[in-house]
Amino acid sequence: MNVIKKLMMLALLVVPAMAAANVGPVLDKASYNLYDQASLQRGAKYFVNYCLNCHSASYMRYNRLTDIGLTEQQIKDNLLFTGAKVGDTMETALNKKEAKAFFGATPPDLTVIARARGADWLYTYLRGFYKDESRPTGWNNVAFDKVGMPHVLYQLQGEQELHVEKHGEHVTQKLVLAKPGTMKPAEYDAMVGDLVNYLVWMGEPMKTQRIVIGMGVLLFLGLFFIVAYMLKKEYWKDIH
Amino acid sequence: MTKQLEKLVGWIDDRFPLTSTWKAHLSEYYAPKNFNFWYFFGSLALLVLVIQIVTGIFLVMNYKPDAAIAFASVEYIMRDVPFGWMIRYMHSTGASAFFVVVYLHMMRGLMYGSYRKPRELIWIFGMCIYLALMAEAFMGYLLPWGQMSYWGAQVIVNLFSAVPFIGEELSLWIRGDFVISDATLNRFFAFHVIAVPLVLLGLVVAHIVALHEVGSNNPDGVEIKKHKDPVTHIPLDGIPFHPYYTVKDIAGVVVFLMVFSAIVFFAPSMGGYFLEDNNFIPADPLKTPLHIAPVWYFTPFYAILRAVPPMFGSQFPGVIAMGVAVVVLFFLPWLDRGRVKSIRYRGVIYKVWLTLFIISFVGLGWLGIQPATPLYTLLARILTGVYFAFFFLMPWYTKIDKTKPEPERVTG
Repeated sequence: MNVIKKLMMLALLVVPAMAAANVGPVLDKASYNLYDQASLQRGAKYFVNYCLNCHSASYMRYNRLTDIGLTEQQIKDNLLFTGAKVGDTMETALNKKEAKAFFGATPPDLTVIARARGADWLYTYLRGFYKDESRPTGWNNVAFDKVGMPHVLYQLQGEQELHVEKHGEHVTQKLVLAKPGTMKPAEYDAMVGDLVNYLVWMGEPMKTQRIVIGMGVLLFLGLFFIVAYMLKKEYWKDIH
Repeated sequence: MTKQLEKLVGWIDDRFPLTSTWKAHLSEYYAPKNFNFWYFFGSLALLVLVIQIVTGIFLVMNYKPDAAIAFASVEYIMRDVPFGWMIRYMHSTGASAFFVVVYLHMMRGLMYGSYRKPRELIWIFGMCIYLALMAEAFMGYLLPWGQMSYWGAQVIVNLFSAVPFIGEELSLWIRGDFVISDATLNRFFAFHVIAVPLVLLGLVVAHIVALHEVGSNNPDGVEIKKHKDPVTHIPLDGIPFHPYYTVKDIAGVVVFLMVFSAIVFFAPSMGGYFLEDNNFIPADPLKTPLHIAPVWYFTPFYAILRAVPPMFGSQFPGVIAMGVAVVVLFFLPWLDRGRVKSIRYRGVIYKVWLTLFIISFVGLGWLGIQPATPLYTLLARILTGVYFAFFFLMPWYTKIDKTKPEPERVTG
């Protein structure tokens, strides 16, 4: 037992060493639930209303939203703004070349952004904008320094400021809400939570189905293994 | 009905060696009866090859090898092709599974001396398969045209520019352009889908034919052909491959498919190791990622490449070291001077060295994923030394190793 305990302690010591290898901003934990269709529908609403103005989601079809409980009619009535048909992919009206001129960088496509950046990063990013007069847009972000994107949701969240405190060598950064928005902080966090939930879902819409199919496959293979193993045993009875 | 079938088979046999091939390679191919867990990986490698070819064919039906639309075509397969996501995940998981299986298959060879005389050619064909597999995986990885696809290819093809005198011309010839571009994507597609799979299939056939010519080794390293039945001439410790190993391999395949399916359906990205996070960003020639690392199965050799410092202003020594690290494996049958084949009868010295080799290989693999900090570079240099020492000192330590007597018959 002693040897095993010592080995486990050694293994635990390796973990912080490995974590130290990852440098980057401290990320808040996003809690998302791909089975919460109401949350996903709200997220779709926020995405279409706020994000599609500049970003595209070129691999995501509007009619795929039926997977999260919306009918095609609901999609047509509430989520189609650019003259697109319900079978089209989510394109943006903003011209890519002009966007680069306006913001310094082309707004990236968001279809698989959750797979590239992760839910925690997106959750931190969308709540991490603060006023910064040195930036052309007047905004900076704790998760993405010198980002070209302005704080699209500033009316809802309000305006944050970054307070930097130096305690000797130790520097702490804190975001403080200087001017409140139309949503209370808890409301805003819930809204961003819905939006991140939607982005995670949009990154891999078949995720919930693949898990269900996977359970069926493993069950079948488990039963198949029992039969295959018994067959092997039967044949190998003659071998000594 | 059976009479009709017999007549048909007879008609074929008069024109094609069907029954004789079936007998020579399956029903009357006598394999040692003491195959253990380590002997599953050859048949599993064949299974994964078939999985990759079949899923590959279906992917090619919808994939577009054009730099402007390649990334989009992969997402189209994931979303709009019915079960396209499953085929994609099977192919990406299959690529990593191929290397897991092949590394374990090679490990078996190392442990039981499967490369020793008279099986040197089987080992050489196997090493050629390993090289072809690395080329296949490298070129396949460019096809999704993500950030890691692009920049990984850029780094590795640039290695060829380190070759003295001809380097720049060589890289230009490989790439078809001054940087990785649409031209590169098109030719890598042709090689990945047609050229290298054909080479792989040919090499696998040669590998198995060479094996069947000599007969399989076994965990005791004992030659079963030494003791045959005086009447039937069948090795006393041999059993026909069919039905014994066909039925055993079926069970092995089912277990493998359980692990494979668990990954495909529950964790296809494997935390970013099988499908890298960065590869979900379309390739951007103007934006270099912070950490460019190859996929996990190349990382031991990548660590060796990075460990060697530039000499005379050139990175070429690192490229040489990385190349030698793979090529040295070809010479294993002649480096090993041990009196016995199998680790079961080797002495302490060999066991220590083999353990050191495994530590160096796994350690280098981990270091290849990390950024090259001064501490990690030092560790990589030490482990590179251990890796090469395992091979270059082998003629010496296998000779002085105190071995146990090899048994006459298999022990199980």
